[in-house]
Amino acid sequence: MQAQTSAAVRCKSVVKTYDTGGDKVVALGGIDLEINMGELMMLVGPSGCGKTTLISVIAGILDQDSGSCEVFGEDLMHMRSNQKLKFRARNIGFVFQAFNLLPSLNAVENVSIPLIINGFKRPLAEKRAAKVLEQVGLGSRGKSLPSQLSGGQQQRVAIARALVHDPRLIVCDEPTSALDHETGHTVMELLKEVALHQDRALVIVTHDARIFGFADRIARMDDGHIDKVVDSVDKL
Amino acid sequence: MNHIALKMLMGDRGKYLGIIMGLTFASLIMTQQPAIFVGLMTRSFSFISDLGLPDIWVMDPKVQFIDDVKPLQDTKLYRVRGVAGVKWAMPLYKGLLKARMADGTFQTCNVIGLDDATLIGGPPIMLEGKLEDLRRSDGVIVDIDGAKDKLAKPPLTPGGKPVPLKIGDSLELNDKRAIVVGIAKTTKTFQSQPVVYTTYSRAIRYAPRERKMLSFVLVKAMPGTDIPTLTRRIHEATGLAAYSQKEFMDLTWNYFMKNTGIPINFGISVTLGFIVGAAIAGQTFYNFTLENLRQFGVLKAMGTSNWTLLRMILLQAILVGMIGYGLGVGLTALFGYAMRNTIMAFKFPWQLLVFSGAGVTLICIFAALISIRKVIKLEPAIVFKG
Repeated sequence: MQAQTSAAVRCKSVVKTYDTGGDKVVALGGIDLEINMGELMMLVGPSGCGKTTLISVIAGILDQDSGSCEVFGEDLMHMRSNQKLKFRARNIGFVFQAFNLLPSLNAVENVSIPLIINGFKRPLAEKRAAKVLEQVGLGSRGKSLPSQLSGGQQQRVAIARALVHDPRLIVCDEPTSALDHETGHTVMELLKEVALHQDRALVIVTHDARIFGFADRIARMDDGHIDKVVDSVDKL
Repeated sequence: MNHIALKMLMGDRGKYLGIIMGLTFASLIMTQQPAIFVGLMTRSFSFISDLGLPDIWVMDPKVQFIDDVKPLQDTKLYRVRGVAGVKWAMPLYKGLLKARMADGTFQTCNVIGLDDATLIGGPPIMLEGKLEDLRRSDGVIVDIDGAKDKLAKPPLTPGGKPVPLKIGDSLELNDKRAIVVGIAKTTKTFQSQPVVYTTYSRAIRYAPRERKMLSFVLVKAMPGTDIPTLTRRIHEATGLAAYSQKEFMDLTWNYFMKNTGIPINFGISVTLGFIVGAAIAGQTFYNFTLENLRQFGVLKAMGTSNWTLLRMILLQAILVGMIGYGLGVGLTALFGYAMRNTIMAFKFPWQLLVFSGAGVTLICIFAALISIRKVIKLEPAIVFKG
């Protein structure tokens, strides 16, 4: 484990419950977690343990009921919705399980979306997007539509989209679950190589035990709680 | 983001064309049916509008529309002429008479009798012959549609085409000889009978004898005379109804609006077109949004505001609206052009463009609103669901 000093994410006693037709389901039952800059943190655990809820809270797209979750020192829950949108657009990159590329946009256009949301003009945004696509090894596929790309290539496009605006936190939801072992491995290598550096933190939610070895730390969740945080897969 | 909105819209060709088809259909129905309606209703007063010269029409107070002739005594003409402010007043006969054709069959004609001296009230366009030829013995002028169709002579060979009536041909009006001295073009009227122009005195001779024969008095006001004042003065002096040309056209229009099923029938067509168009376009647009909900969720998660998403959806709605509207209006114009030489009534004033434009805008707003509501309520966290 690398020695980390500054926290990118600091969650304290985060509680989130869902109301499901009169019944309250506790998704997060008082989570404490710190993710440091330059760190790749994996959240693992069985389905329904609260992993997705936790990254939704960390990414600022879901408000917790109580507790605090500071991202780069800002508690998103207390931000006005406009400020929260701007914060998210500027500081957070997303990689989704189902890639979630816009099917009618080509690779360059898909990658340029975060820049356009941040107010860049389209030609400049696409120029920059093309460069990032080169970084992820898809320089020659910029004009391809998602349907013309393989699963691994689509996930590379999604990674390029998560990186293009140079965010400080990248949130990945099951980034390898739709990929075969070899492609998943390549994608993780790429994420670690291209995305991770001292000014950025990565949070990855995964079931895929084959990629646990890429993590700097692993937080194991169960039933809305973190029951273990380890720095090696052997200690899980 | 506009570029992304448009690409999202056009990316799904099937849905995109479906929405446009719905709006095109609505726009077509909302212009084509009213255009036929307006064309038909315009015909109700086309005889009045064809007569541009008189300022005022004088008639029996019980007259409800142009074809509802209630004859006056001839002496009424002189009483109207005596009213201050009247420059001239001319008699006009209008009535339905039977014409006997060369093959012995009968055809009802709309006979118009014009003042013998001035021939005021004659057809607007002479195609053959001159209006003055009416002064020739037994002279009549026939409208081109009547000459080619209902008054045409039998074919020369069995199964052949009827031979159009031409100058020099004769026919019998109420057993009295009439010689065609001209062919005129008139605006089609509500009635489909051929129009036959002749002089007032000859028209009275053709018509069955009655105590009252004068249908209308056509009045020209002195220069500078206020028309409403003069109509009131004529009414007060003679007890007759006096209308400006516009008032008489409105009277006729309103009669048909109130007393026939035409507005209701066309109104139903237009309303159905609007509802069906709105349903097709609204449903397809809503489905399109539902299918793209995840994409909107991705944009929302990445920091796109509701306001931007709303603008994107509005842009999509405006684009399909404009294309659908343009295609619908274009098809209506093509329809009108194709039907220009047929019996079909068709009039396409600019107001109909505004009307259908407003209709298509309403449909687009409706389609956009139901979609916008869904997108605004969308939780961006759905993007993390596999």
